This record gives sequence, structure tokens and C-alpha cells, in this order.
Amino acid sequence: MESLIQVAYLFASIAFIIAIKLLNSPSTARLGNLIGALGMLGGIVATLFYKSIIRYEWILIGLVLGSLVGAWLALKVKMTAMPQMVALLNGFGGAASALVASAEAAKELLTNTLSFLSAFSLTTIGLSIVIGSVTFTGSLIAFAKLQELISGRPFLLPAHHYQSLLLFLLSLGATAYFSLTKGEIAGMYVLSIASFLLGFWITLPIGGADMPVIVAFLNSLSGLAAAATGFVLNNYLLIIAGTLVGASGLILTQIMSRAMNRSLWNVLFGAVGAEVSSGGSGDRTVRSTTAEDVALMLSYAKEVVIVPGYGMAVAQAQHAVKKLVDALSEKGVETRFAIHPVAGRMPGHMNVLLAEADIPYEKLYEMERINPDFPQVDVALVIGANDVVNPAARKDQNSPLYGMPILDVDKAKTVVVLKRSMNPGFAGVENELFYQPNTYMLFGDARKSLESLTQALKEV
Amino acid sequence: MTEVLFTVFVFTLSVFLGFELISKVPPILHTPLMSGSNAISGITIIGALVVAGEASTPFTTLLGTLAVILATLNVVGGFLVTDRMLKMFKRR
Repeated sequence: MESLIQVAYLFASIAFIIAIKLLNSPSTARLGNLIGALGMLGGIVATLFYKSIIRYEWILIGLVLGSLVGAWLALKVKMTAMPQMVALLNGFGGAASALVASAEAAKELLTNTLSFLSAFSLTTIGLSIVIGSVTFTGSLIAFAKLQELISGRPFLLPAHHYQSLLLFLLSLGATAYFSLTKGEIAGMYVLSIASFLLGFWITLPIGGADMPVIVAFLNSLSGLAAAATGFVLNNYLLIIAGTLVGASGLILTQIMSRAMNRSLWNVLFGAVGAEVSSGGSGDRTVRSTTAEDVALMLSYAKEVVIVPGYGMAVAQAQHAVKKLVDALSEKGVETRFAIHPVAGRMPGHMNVLLAEADIPYEKLYEMERINPDFPQVDVALVIGANDVVNPAARKDQNSPLYGMPILDVDKAKTVVVLKRSMNPGFAGVENELFYQPNTYMLFGDARKSLESLTQALKEV
Repeated sequence: MTEVLFTVFVFTLSVFLGFELISKVPPILHTPLMSGSNAISGITIIGALVVAGEASTPFTTLLGTLAVILATLNVVGGFLVTDRMLKMFKRR
């Protein structure tokens, strides 16, 4: 039986690898996800045959309860709320890994065999609890910030990063102590508490716009927590699956940081957005316009490029965007979408929202692919994006955004910006784009503006 | 010792495999990649099941059951929400 279970685990590992492989194209991705789910099911069913499992009532309760809540969450959640959903699930995965490692330690402690474990096993138990706990509490804060249960602004205590550093060193030091003393339980308590707090301390100073990085980072940690638990249990499936996820999260973290021209270090310890600079731009004026004028402009355009940002998500405006695209297409105006990697609150956030609104994915262009085309674009329509289109990132060496790759919207022949007010973007930096002679501002709620724009377009 | 070595062996190869696989995922699928890989990290459930079903103390059973609940939530929620998203990606 044992070896049959291992064979099932082998198949599950292969299923996970294929699942991620098929994610390389939108046309095969859904099948991949199904294969991954089947692999997971196979792994779960095989595990139930372990001979050390002698009762099933608690397992059943756990499976039923988890499935019901999980399914309810998955089917109810709005697409705009996907970042907080993923943050929450990351947290649960991390917590589960920490709990399994704790239970292993508790088992050994109760039978007085903890001291027989190798230093390696003890270290993996410690690390598994540390990584799992940081993932759990870190994800809770990320969730609370994204769900706006607490302010999205960075929150810093006095000497905050020194406190974080202290907690980090305590977590690792206690793990080493736990391992070197052959399972001295005080080490276990310290590492549990310190890492639990560390998750809070790391995420509290992270601001809203940096969320894509931190959500990806926590994603990576949730995988590493599972892999660490795999070391505790000597289970290859856990190691393989956990490591794949760890690598995935790490790559996404890297892509996101690069898209902001910052290092992970700077995101974690920079607390960007803590203070909003008032912006010394004085009394320069912007050209405010009306939906009717924009409609006229759009109807004479050959091609319009739409640049969505977090503001589109906040206003739930993706369906209104689709209606505008349809109206434009009736007038024979081509539309494309320019997607910045960190637009929104998680990697790929905008793509999901536009897919939800039935916009075909061929219309969605990555930054590198569309930037060379902007000089030929008649109208660039910016919907609730700000820092990712700020030309200061290219020109102004003193700007905090300097060096960040941006969408070259300012090079388009005409720029129309849909924006709620003149408040600066998340980074608190004035946007030169709004003052350009070829830029027109359409103030108001993004969804309402788009609706009146579509209406006006039909009357042109 | 050989057992430890084997786990490190598997881990190291998985790191490389992971980087190879993920670097081929296009940016438009990054959100489903996160939620889907998140579901995969719920694999920790197989450890949780054993703990919850073993003959042990009420305390470890409690930890195990909690872990089963959270991991199941992670797995079921993750795969379902990923499917919901991927269903929406249409060519035309």
C-alpha cells in the first residue's frame, strides 16, 4: 500500500507540472488547471489509505467545512476583489503548513522522542513554522489593506524596520537554538511568537501600490512553507509542489519589482507612499473637457489605445469600457489596450477584469509591445491610471518614479485622462502628463464618464 | 543522511524546473497563475490529513483538523476561482 501511495504522489507531481506548463497559453490554461485539481484529488484520496490513519471523523469534518467555505468564497468573490482573495488563500495555505509542522513537533514532544530527531529535522520543523506563520499573518494584513478594512497607507512604528529585523533574527535564532539544543521547547515558543509577529511587521509598512509585489512575495512564501513541511515529513510531493509555487511567486515578485524599478528590499523597507508631497507645481492649469468633446475626438480617430489602471477597478468600470469599445467598433475605430505590469493590485489584475468584461485577449498588449506604437496612436484614453503613465519616470531625475518603465502615453497625438480629481497618484507625485498641451482631462467617476462618453458617441 | 540528501536533491531540481516552467507563462495569465499555484501550495493538506486521522492526543488532532480545514479552503477555493477566471479568457 505504501508504495502505491507513493506512485499516486508521483502522478500528482506530474499533474502539477503539466498544470503550470499548460498555463503558457490562455487556450490551454483551463485544461491545465483541471489537471492540477485532479492531481490534488488523487493525492488526497491516496493519503486517506495511509495505515497510520485510523479514524476519519475529523478528516471528514475538515474536508467538508473547508470545501464549503472555499467554494462559497470562490464563486462569490468579485473579479475586482481577486487580489485580496489570493492574499487570503495564501495565508490559509501558510497557516496549514505551520500547523502541520507544529503537530509533528507536538507528537514527538508528547512521546519524548523530540531529542531523537536529527538537527536537520528540527531545523526544518522550525523553518516550516516560521515561514508558515509569516505567510499567515502577512497575508492577513495584505488582505485587510486590500479589502480596505485598514488604511492602505504604510503604517510605521518608531524604528519600525529595526523591530522587524529583531523579530527576523529572533525567529531564525530561536530555530537554531531549537535545533542545537535537540528540541528545547522554549525555542519553539520563541520562534512561533516572533514569526507570527514578523508577518504583521513586514506588511504593515507596505502601501497600496506596492501590493502586487507583496502579494506575489507571500505567494512565494506559501509555497516555500509547503516545501519546508515536505522536509519535515520527508514527502517529495510536498517538496516538489511547494518549490514550484515558491519559484513562481519569486519570479512574479521579481517581475513586479522590476516594473517599478525597485528592489524587493526597497519595497519591503522603503515605505513608499508614507508621506504625500504636496507637489510644487503651483497654479498651472489643465484642460478640462466634456464627454461630448471626447466623443467627437474619438469618432474621428483611426485608433484608440485604452490604458486601464486601478481606478478602473475601483469604479467597477470594466463593463462600461466594453460598451465603449463596442460603440467605437461600430464607428470603425480600432481599439487596443495597453497593460502595465503593475497596473492594479496584483500581477495580471487588469487582464482578468477586461476578460470578465468579454474583451478578447488579443486586444491586450504588454508594455514592451505597445510602447513603440504610441506616436502613431490618435487618442490614448487613460482610465484611472496615474503613476504608470507619468513621463517624469523617463525625464525627471529628481522624481521618485525616475527609472520606472512606463507606458509612453504622452507620445500619443492626443491624450484623454479619465480621473476622479486632481489628487496625485499613489506615489504622491505630480503627473506632468496632465499638463501637456495635448492632454485633456475628463473629471468624474470612471464608470459614469465612460457611460456618458458611450452615449455621446452614439449621438455623434 | 541519504534521506536528507534525497530531499535536498529533489528540492534543488524542483527549483530549476519551477523557474523554467513559470518563465513561459505570459503576463496576461499572471493572476490565474497566482491563484492556481496557490491552490497547488495547498498540497500541505496531505500532511494535515495524516495528523488529523492518527491515533494521538486531542491537541494534535485539533491542530490537524484546523490544518485540514485551512488547506482544503486553500485547495478548493484556489482551483475553483482559477477556473472561474480562465473561463473568461476568450479569443473573440
